[in-house]
Amino acid sequence: MTSLTAKDKATVKAFWAQVSGKAEDIGKDALGRMLIVYPQTKTYFAHWKDLGPNSAPVKKHGMTVMGGVADAVTKIDDLTAGLLSLSELHAFTLRIDPQNFKVCSCCQVSLRLQRLFVCLFCSHAFTFNSCFVPQILAHNILVVLAIMFPTEFTPEVHVCMDKFLAALARALAEKYR
Amino acid sequence: MVEWTEQERSIINGIFANLDYDDVGAKALCRCLIVYPWTQRYFGAFGNLYNAEAIKTNPNIAAHGVKILHGLDRAVKNMDNIKATYAELSVLHSEKLHVDPDNFKLLSDCLTIVIAARLGSSFTPETQAAWQKFLAVVVSALGRQYH
Repeated sequence: MTSLTAKDKATVKAFWAQVSGKAEDIGKDALGRMLIVYPQTKTYFAHWKDLGPNSAPVKKHGMTVMGGVADAVTKIDDLTAGLLSLSELHAFTLRIDPQNFKVCSCCQVSLRLQRLFVCLFCSHAFTFNSCFVPQILAHNILVVLAIMFPTEFTPEVHVCMDKFLAALARALAEKYR
Repeated sequence: MVEWTEQERSIINGIFANLDYDDVGAKALCRCLIVYPWTQRYFGAFGNLYNAEAIKTNPNIAAHGVKILHGLDRAVKNMDNIKATYAELSVLHSEKLHVDPDNFKLLSDCLTIVIAARLGSSFTPETQAAWQKFLAVVVSALGRQYH
């Protein structure tokens, strides 16, 4: 997957400036949606009794996550360095089941931590099926952005935000192994 | 065999009953070609796809998007047998059109985004779940006859 161009970064920053006022609502809706639409993700939040969209810990964590996204926008020029401590937190706290690991059929590099569709190492295109929460969450963030900002969330903005969230997820995965 | 609840059937039928095919179909395909530019490889004969503006104003793309969306009508009418309903279409995409079936998921994600933008807050999590389940079954059926 290509890295973010200067134009991508400018588009992300400009769009974020328009939507950041609603960041908390976006986060709450996206996380709540993810738990309903992708029930397998509930396994990572089994420590909360209530996983419905009106649950207080779900709402709070949605806000926390969007705070992380907001922070990532400010660190967009070096996401890996900027998200280092968050990556360590996710790596050692999430402990994703390694049975979910898949490998790229041509270069054998693990796909588990990679973004959809293109192996970072050999550019082989493939489908990525395992449950990787940041990636699934990214999809739900995009859905919520489309709902809340139907005019502003143009295809051009969509592609930049998709690339940004993918880069963010990659930076978060940096410390997994 | 896919099980559908009454609520899921109602949600899917409801969305299609009120669907503006001309708008949603065109927008979904355009978005797919812009967000996942490698999908443009299947549209070499469709004219100017040089940039986002060209794609958005290309009448061939718009017409094809509408055609694709109408292609979903048969799945809506045959929700209990989508796999058989799309067997022939799957063969077509494999043998004649040579479309990598991974691309079906890309288009279905873009369709979800466009529908979400249209329906706004009535695209509730439950609606999204039913919609995505429907599209996942369609995508699976379309990829079924590849070998």
